[in-house]
Amino acid sequence: MAELVSPPTTDLVTKRESYAILLASRLRAQMTYRSSFWINTVNSFFTGVLEFVETYVLLTNTPTLGGLNFAQASLVFGLANLGWSIADLIFGQTDTIPRYIREGKLEAFLIRPMPLLAQMITADFQLRRVGRAFLGLLIAVIVLFWVHLDFNAATIYLLITTPLYGAAIYGALFVLAGGLQFWIVDGSEFTNSFVYGGSYAGHLPGSALLLPLRVLFTFVFPVTATAYVPCLIMLGMDGPSWLPAWLGWLPPVFAGWTWLLAAVVWRRGVRHYTGAGG
Amino acid sequence: MLTMSDAIIELDELRRTFIVRARTGGLRRVAREVHAVDGISARIDAGEAVGYIGANGAGKSTTIKMLTGILVPSGGRVRTCGYEPVPQRRTLAREIGVVFGQRSQLWWDLPLRESFDILAAIHRLPAARARPRIEQLIEGLELQAFLSTPVRQLSLGERMRGEVAAALVHRPRLLILDEPTIGLDMISKERLRQFLITERAEEGTTLLLTTHDMSDIERLCERVLVVDHGKLAYDGTLRGLSRRVALQRVLVVDLAEPQPGLEVPSAVNVGTELNGARQSFSFAPDQTTAAMVLAEVSAVAEVRDLTLTEPAIEDIVRTLYHQSIES
Amino acid sequence: MIVRRYLLLASAEFRRQSTYRLALAAGISANTVFGFIRFSVFYAALVGAGGTIAGYDRAQASTYVWLGQGLLAGIGLLGTHEVSERVQTGEIAIDLSRPIDLQLSYWARDFGRAALMIPARGLLPVIIGAVTTGLAFSSSLWAIPLGLISLALAVSISFLLRYGVNLISLWTIDVQGYTSLYMLLMSLLSGFYVPVHIFPGWLQVIATASPFPSMFQSPIDVMSGRVVGAAALRVVGVQLVWTIVLAAATRLMLWRGSSRLVVQGG
Repeated sequence: MAELVSPPTTDLVTKRESYAILLASRLRAQMTYRSSFWINTVNSFFTGVLEFVETYVLLTNTPTLGGLNFAQASLVFGLANLGWSIADLIFGQTDTIPRYIREGKLEAFLIRPMPLLAQMITADFQLRRVGRAFLGLLIAVIVLFWVHLDFNAATIYLLITTPLYGAAIYGALFVLAGGLQFWIVDGSEFTNSFVYGGSYAGHLPGSALLLPLRVLFTFVFPVTATAYVPCLIMLGMDGPSWLPAWLGWLPPVFAGWTWLLAAVVWRRGVRHYTGAGG
Repeated sequence: MLTMSDAIIELDELRRTFIVRARTGGLRRVAREVHAVDGISARIDAGEAVGYIGANGAGKSTTIKMLTGILVPSGGRVRTCGYEPVPQRRTLAREIGVVFGQRSQLWWDLPLRESFDILAAIHRLPAARARPRIEQLIEGLELQAFLSTPVRQLSLGERMRGEVAAALVHRPRLLILDEPTIGLDMISKERLRQFLITERAEEGTTLLLTTHDMSDIERLCERVLVVDHGKLAYDGTLRGLSRRVALQRVLVVDLAEPQPGLEVPSAVNVGTELNGARQSFSFAPDQTTAAMVLAEVSAVAEVRDLTLTEPAIEDIVRTLYHQSIES
Repeated sequence: MIVRRYLLLASAEFRRQSTYRLALAAGISANTVFGFIRFSVFYAALVGAGGTIAGYDRAQASTYVWLGQGLLAGIGLLGTHEVSERVQTGEIAIDLSRPIDLQLSYWARDFGRAALMIPARGLLPVIIGAVTTGLAFSSSLWAIPLGLISLALAVSISFLLRYGVNLISLWTIDVQGYTSLYMLLMSLLSGFYVPVHIFPGWLQVIATASPFPSMFQSPIDVMSGRVVGAAALRVVGVQLVWTIVLAAATRLMLWRGSSRLVVQGG
């Protein structure tokens, strides 16, 4: 392999510039169909509202859900939702690999000099998903005025970093799902169990999950780390069994683990595709 | 500089095997090996224009996937522009342009012009280099009239010209066209061919073309590779091919009664259909005449109707196959 | 015979759907994970409320969740686009020229799909639920025949609503907005996320005035024995009324819309 050389790339624009041009062009294009953009954005906003209704209805029937009252459960929902919707905005299209394969888009992506994942994120960026992110932000901000938090340095640190690590964890799950779908094209719905199931579980108080689920969704697909466990620290509460509150300091570790898993599976998935011929 | 030679494509005993699982009635599945590409060796030098023809399923698309780095070979060696396609896929992508006739690489919801700008960004071309090139392609392929139309609203001919422009934005050294003229009307075909001739004269681009239309080959290529059942059946000039097969005509006869495959002295039976009620005879017009072949057939069976056809690619391949068996 | 034609359509659809085995297995596994999460959170609410909410105890909650997970694919909670796509491509004109009723033929096909999906995607989640978190079924003998009738009506209501939303494409090209609106209202009001019975009062009023609970909450109530005897008959009666109303409404829609089609299409 030593003889293999690359052509000079000195006169090319930088990678960052090239991504920026791509994104700008996608945004411009989506803003040209204004009415359908707004319909989709409003829709994605209300889809998020709908999921919140479940938490709301349950808590009109009970004072606490998994030991959290309505305001506290809403804080978990809001932070998880903000992280999830950022991940969905950036990585949402990666778990539709079977569609890319069936439409023959994947081959077009593979004959271009940009990494596949980067192309999916930039060249197919869906601005309408921003509606969802807006809802997450809205709920999180409203809840901050409502729930009683002790605004010390730790709380502020956790409030800022939790949605970011949450986005990283959910994003890794999207990429992991995409990687697996290279193998199970027809059975891609399987990955819904940890992508959308993970999102569902991550929006709930982790204490409300049955123990096996709590372990699965913390130590394999660590979605309780996207909101619930950091919230335990902010609220000064103890966690349930298997979920001590100090885990709330470890989202970077969980994010690192999921990205490692996602990167390995994605790379092997692409290699599987080029090996099997699709 | 890249390699010592000017080879753009080097294939050495290239192979690709697929495992096909077929369900046999019940729940049992039988795995079968299919040799889509079965030991192809060839070399294409910079500046050549090569037609790559064969019947459907002969291994053309599989070869192209291996050349472009989308598919790993099962055996043998492939080099494209001096690179190993799969491990160096993204580096190679800067050197090649590919048009898959059946699938689009344009953005369907965007105006055509936008796709070119996006591709220039993906290839990280500075605006100073991309803009004049895009203008040149727009002019060469006469795209002005529908530049601001979303791609999904374009006619097939318009879209295909757009696809060719998209594949050329980054000035690739090698252009691979997979069935570029399929479904196009005569005028669109001719316009595309005319452009490709000019483009090659100006840029020296190497061209690899698969097609079902022999006139694409006649207009664009000096050299032809014929692939059959994953093996090369012919590699040489178009004139050489026409000396062997393209001059071959096929006489198709409809018989009054179905017959097993008939054999006649001056022609080769290249196919029977309708349980033997229709049979095709291939012959070289410089050695015999249609009347002679007809007379020979009439001597052994009653002929009801006949047609005389120029050979399609499938027939060329079949004739080459029969010649190789006889020799 | 006319009925035979519709039976053929139904069985063809049954066979078509049964070829996607891997998809079926994948769907069941995802359904099961969601079932456990849904049961978890409902059960956590029961614990918080001191044991029961609106008559739901642990076993009833588990039954509600697992029957729901089992039935959601069969009832067809996920949308379909086939009819609106055929309207947009103009193929609907071909359908209308056939000597077979459009509504009834799609209805028959949907029954074929449901006849496969209900056992294929429903049985395993229900068994898993029974083994892990326990189920409570009605002790009444009438629950089985009445439950099947209720299920058939739920499939019909779900079909008619989806068909109706698809028919909107006769008037406007962009039906996607209406489809999304339908999906939102349906998932909220059908009792899919949480049972209609535990909705706060105002939301319950809105839900019971809509056909949505009849396509999901009702068959679950009848089969699980939450409603028995005269109450069960009344639930099925309401479903029947909605089926008739929606069948008539969609026929009217097609009649009005297809006359437009003739004028426009020319």
